[in-house]
Amino acid sequence: MLSAQSLALIDKEVAKYPGEQKQSAVMSALRIAQAQLGCLSKDCIEYVANYLAMPAIAVYEVATFYNMYDLAPVGRNKVTLCTNLPCQLQGADKIAEHMRAKLGIGFGETTEDGRYTLKEGECMGACGHGPLCLHNNHKMHDHLTLESVDKLLDDMK
Amino acid sequence: MPIIEIDGKQIDVAPGATVMDAAHQAGINIPHFCYHKKLSIAANCRMCLVEVEKAPKPLPACATPVTDGMKVQTHSPKAVVAQRGVMEFLLINHPLDCPICDQGGECQLQDIAVGYGGSASSYHEPKRVVKEKDLGPLIATDMTRCIHCSRCVRFGQEIAGLMELGMPGRGEHTEVMPFLEAQVTHELSGNVIELCPVGALTSKPFRYAARSWELSRRKSVSPHDGLGANVQVHVKNNKVFRVVPRENEAVNECWIADRDRYSYEALNSDARLIQPMLREGGKPGGKWVDASWQAALEHVAQRLAAIRESQGASAIGGLASPHQTLEELYLFTKLLRGLGSENIDHRLAHAGPTQTNGVRWLGLPVADLSRIERVLLIGATLRKEQPLIAQRLRQAVKHGAQLNVVHGADDNLLCKVAGKMIVKPTGMVAALARIALALRDAGAPVSESVGTQIAGVQADEAAQRIAASLLSGERKAVLLGAVAQGHPESDRLHVLALAIAQASGAAFGFLGGAANSVGAQLAGALPGPAGLAATAMLAQPRAAYLLLGAEPELDAYDPAQALRALHAAEFVVQLAAFKTQALDYADVLLPIASFAETAGSFVNMEGRLQSFHGAVKPQGEARPAWKVMRVLGNLLNLNGFDYDSVEGVRADVLPQGQASIDAYLDNTIGALDLALGQAGEGMERLGETAPYQLDPLTRRAPSLQNTPDAAAPAIWLHGSVLARLNLEEGGMARVRQGDAEAILPVRRDDRLAVDVIRVPAAHARTASLGARLGAISVEKV
Amino acid sequence: MSLNAPDTQVCLWTLQHPEPASLATYTANGGYEALKKILAEKTPAEDIIAQVKTSALRGRGGAGFPTGLKWSFMPRSFPGDKYVVCNSDEGEPGTFKDRDILRFNPHQLIEGMIIAGYTLGAVAGYNYIHGEIFEQYQSWEGALEEARAAGFLGKNILGSGWNFDLHAHQGYGAYICGEETALLESIEGKKGQPRFKPPFPASYGLYGKPTTINNTETLASIPWIMRHGGQAFLELGKPNNGGSKIFSVSGHVNKPGNYEIPLGTPFADLLEMAGGVRTGHTLKAVIPGGSSAPVLTADAMMACTMDYDAISKAGSMLGSGAVIVMDDSVCMVKALERLSYFYFEESCGQCTPCREGTGWMYRIVQRIEHGKGRPEDLDELLRIGKNIGGNTICALGEAAVGPVASFVKHFRKEFEYHIEHKRCMVGC
Ligand SMILES: Cc1cc2nc3c(=O)[nH]c(=O)nc-3n(C[C@H](O)[C@H](O)[C@H](O)COP(=O)(O)O)c2cc1C
Ligand code: SF4
Ligand code: FES
Repeated sequence: MLSAQSLALIDKEVAKYPGEQKQSAVMSALRIAQAQLGCLSKDCIEYVANYLAMPAIAVYEVATFYNMYDLAPVGRNKVTLCTNLPCQLQGADKIAEHMRAKLGIGFGETTEDGRYTLKEGECMGACGHGPLCLHNNHKMHDHLTLESVDKLLDDMK
Repeated sequence: MPIIEIDGKQIDVAPGATVMDAAHQAGINIPHFCYHKKLSIAANCRMCLVEVEKAPKPLPACATPVTDGMKVQTHSPKAVVAQRGVMEFLLINHPLDCPICDQGGECQLQDIAVGYGGSASSYHEPKRVVKEKDLGPLIATDMTRCIHCSRCVRFGQEIAGLMELGMPGRGEHTEVMPFLEAQVTHELSGNVIELCPVGALTSKPFRYAARSWELSRRKSVSPHDGLGANVQVHVKNNKVFRVVPRENEAVNECWIADRDRYSYEALNSDARLIQPMLREGGKPGGKWVDASWQAALEHVAQRLAAIRESQGASAIGGLASPHQTLEELYLFTKLLRGLGSENIDHRLAHAGPTQTNGVRWLGLPVADLSRIERVLLIGATLRKEQPLIAQRLRQAVKHGAQLNVVHGADDNLLCKVAGKMIVKPTGMVAALARIALALRDAGAPVSESVGTQIAGVQADEAAQRIAASLLSGERKAVLLGAVAQGHPESDRLHVLALAIAQASGAAFGFLGGAANSVGAQLAGALPGPAGLAATAMLAQPRAAYLLLGAEPELDAYDPAQALRALHAAEFVVQLAAFKTQALDYADVLLPIASFAETAGSFVNMEGRLQSFHGAVKPQGEARPAWKVMRVLGNLLNLNGFDYDSVEGVRADVLPQGQASIDAYLDNTIGALDLALGQAGEGMERLGETAPYQLDPLTRRAPSLQNTPDAAAPAIWLHGSVLARLNLEEGGMARVRQGDAEAILPVRRDDRLAVDVIRVPAAHARTASLGARLGAISVEKV
Repeated sequence: MSLNAPDTQVCLWTLQHPEPASLATYTANGGYEALKKILAEKTPAEDIIAQVKTSALRGRGGAGFPTGLKWSFMPRSFPGDKYVVCNSDEGEPGTFKDRDILRFNPHQLIEGMIIAGYTLGAVAGYNYIHGEIFEQYQSWEGALEEARAAGFLGKNILGSGWNFDLHAHQGYGAYICGEETALLESIEGKKGQPRFKPPFPASYGLYGKPTTINNTETLASIPWIMRHGGQAFLELGKPNNGGSKIFSVSGHVNKPGNYEIPLGTPFADLLEMAGGVRTGHTLKAVIPGGSSAPVLTADAMMACTMDYDAISKAGSMLGSGAVIVMDDSVCMVKALERLSYFYFEESCGQCTPCREGTGWMYRIVQRIEHGKGRPEDLDELLRIGKNIGGNTICALGEAAVGPVASFVKHFRKEFEYHIEHKRCMVGC
């Protein structure tokens, strides 16, 4: 189910921890699996559970505890906007408004063409640079303005 | 020892104790939900907050270690404010509909809320609703009631050893559930019902059947495995509504296995035999008709007397189930012996007779298994055979014990295994010989008679590993499980295992497979010197068979052979609580009371005498078996059948009660030619009894029969064998043992020794097969 | 990028250089010298701990616990594995300093962790990095590779015979993992749920082994202390508040950003560095130490210096040094609604008062914000807060109460106006 490349990345993570603590790599394994597959299906969770010799329910606990995992399919471009207080004070509300209007979807929704999913995020630890958003979990875009948001979204395929 | 003051009482407490422990010791009750003495400390419910002098905040009693001079107030205003605060939080999202909740009347939340809850809630926000979960046939859910104490989750992780329930989600969205469509399958799963302090997890078969306060509670003992778990039978209108654990730290602690809990369903099933029945016109073709007790018993007495007259008493054989009471088994043997027959046995599942010097038992107290440091398990399918013994050993392993295994399958015991030898059944004697040799090589004192015989054996690394494990540590045990006890070479395994135990300073014993494995021996349900053991009685057919609770077509070591003998017999009487397959081969059926309907005793595997009373009256015309045999004895004009109580019978078997038992326990065995050869060639069957095929009750308990553990038998084989035979997993195959055969689905299990073909025994679909262990062939169909 | 006074900078000094994050920049300016000296001289652990104690370095993660004292709790001669763990799970709203340390001075953190590992007898160290800053996870792993190649990590470090390695562990979106024991659970591959203490991590930490956990900024300060001496660090700040500290200034200022200044600097000066309150507005309120710290009014704040003791005296806490500035346009009810939602959303859910109480508080504040408030709501909020505070497993419970109690205390009129008029006083 996971590519050789993903498995190699997971193995690298496993190697960070003491031999009998493979489970420590579960968060990375899920991150890597999600990066390859788009979201964490039941099969994928079972696969990771087997790979790390964990009960499937324990993997599922992890997958549902941390916000950045997606258990259901999302758009090709998941845009997570921080709306927490510092960002809000710095204009995140207006950016949110603009994104919703532009894409015609609310937070937690995906455009019909499957191109975008909008999500509301909690503090990303970069408040001084807000408003800001994450693109597909791993790329941060900060100092957002209405104009930069337009360009950012248009550039996403 | 720290001295602390709790609510003004000074007490000495053990170092490392918590405030909760100290309160228990002082007889002070601190409200709590997540705390449970058998589970790890979670301290998540916060109900047990108490005031500790000098601590700035209230502290959870369950998790706060005592320190010398500590002053604790469990009911001070500060403590009560904290406790009330927590109770309010617990209740805001909890449905307040106790009258329709199955837990109503026995709910810890309800009980504590009465003491701590405010009157009217000031919570005006919408209440949380949580989706139900399907946990399978045994446990019902009402997840909105869950208070997130995590007891059920910790039970799985810590006691069951298998995490089947978890708490996915975060914060308010956390929900107890199994992994996506999975269900709960563990053999101890039902214990979460008592652990759940609210009505979130309840018994599915019991759901909405009765209110807790309508039930009367009767003490009893579980009639299944040799542990004799203590139970409470809950009764209303002369009907058993449920069975729950009765705490006994020395036996079952506070747990029971699922079969102990749910087998009662069989008591109320349509399969009960409730009327004496006679076959009119005799076999074959005769029709079954209801009969009066009088007519039925007179018929039995007359036929037995006639057969004895014409063919001699040895033409009569008696087979009894070791799940019957001590008193029943005793009168059964007394009846047969009175008739002059010594063909008496309860070991239907054993390949042959076994030698003994006394009553075979566990060799140590059950409770000692929790503190054991080294164990060697021989031929035990432990989790399925002995769910609670497996649990005890799991706890011991968690505390550092080393568990070693010699078996045909490397089954997942849900704990670490130190050393193992996974061999075919015919290789078990040699495996033990190798361990004995490794012990001797390490300088351990192996008995001379064994020592000389193992000289030619080669010890291997696995044997050395097990030997090294057994030679280290203290408090050890070597235990023989059901496969070893039923093994054709059982005596040789016995001799070697005993030698291993003696050489390593371990206790030695037998995991009693049935509620009365030990009691049956005490009752004398064994062949006399001139008598035949169970298998021989069926291999050399008798003219008449008397069956007490036994279902030889399922129980027998070789069911095909058993059926042949029974069909061929002139006269078969079955005393049973159920309509069994005896309808095909018997001539008289006598309905007897189940364990819940009669008084009697079980002697558990450690030799503990546990007597109980009937919880309800027998169904229909059924009668306690001891009374049936008393009348039969009288009708046959035998001496010594004028008992007026079950206690009178017991006093005959065990004049000094428990003390009489202790005098008989003896696991020694005489010297023996070990005939050490190589393991047999070819594939061998490993035929164990599935956990819910153990006895007449489990076989007929509908909810248990819907669990995965009761799934229809299959042919399990190692992946390499699967490939070699060109079989497909999921496809069908035929297994043959001599003339006997069966067609079953194929499953793969790489934990089996290569060439071990696991085909469960004691099941209608495998009753056409032969010996539980022995040569077998598999072919594609 | 941030504007800082160079001479007093402990962590962000590399920003004065064109390639702040490079190993070359770091080593050219004295980087890894402290480590080399310690390994060459086999400096006794007690001496290092003594320097850290002298420095009056207090934990930069929020609680301000003296680092030297924390290190002295570690049973360093205890047989078996021990660990150091760095807390870069910066998720407290308003805080964004650790990210800049990872971005601009990764090697100083690495050196700090190695020295900590040496001092505490650890076999390995893990740095738990906030999920949302994946780029820093990757870049810090790159820096680890550089350090490994240079012989600072791995087997026989710098020929000393001592082995130690460091790894990054990536979070994935859970504020609670900033709590040190939740963080350990998370590294163990579980839900990040805090553990009940005692036992403390120093005796039962990662994988049940003795473990010391410090914040990124705390650990990154160690090489500076070892190079310049504890006394020099102490003198940067003021007694009991040693060193400089990074203040993350966000909200209604003209130049949000990180400012690394000596502890004890007046708030007014910090505000000025950050470009002052948004042009055209006046200061209304400040949360001086991250969202969990009680809010202070403009007046109280302007009278404060930026150090643990002064802020604490003013009725709040310095926390992580995240200064959230709010001007006169802010509706305090709306601001509190967002913060309450955060704690409700981030509660791990294991203990009753927090799981149930954060949702209850949020729903009440939300009702008030949406014009459905009731007069008794404010006292109810305070009552609920009292039942949460101090009764939970970890400090998130209290953290959730901090904003609620302080907002209602200092801005009660605004809440009452909302309830009565079903709309906002400041007209937002
Ligand atoms: C809810 C909660 C969140 C926390 N988040 C962080 C965090 O993001 N970063 C951090 O360093 N400490 C955080 N802490 C504090 C840590 O538990 C811990 O005290 C700190 O990492 C210790 O390091 P220090 O002594 O160097 O400050 C948090 C504490 C709580 C209760
Ligand atoms: S206070 Fe909240 S976050 Fe902390 S342990 Fe309890 S539920 Fe979890
Ligand atoms: S019983 Fe102590 S916190 Fe639950």
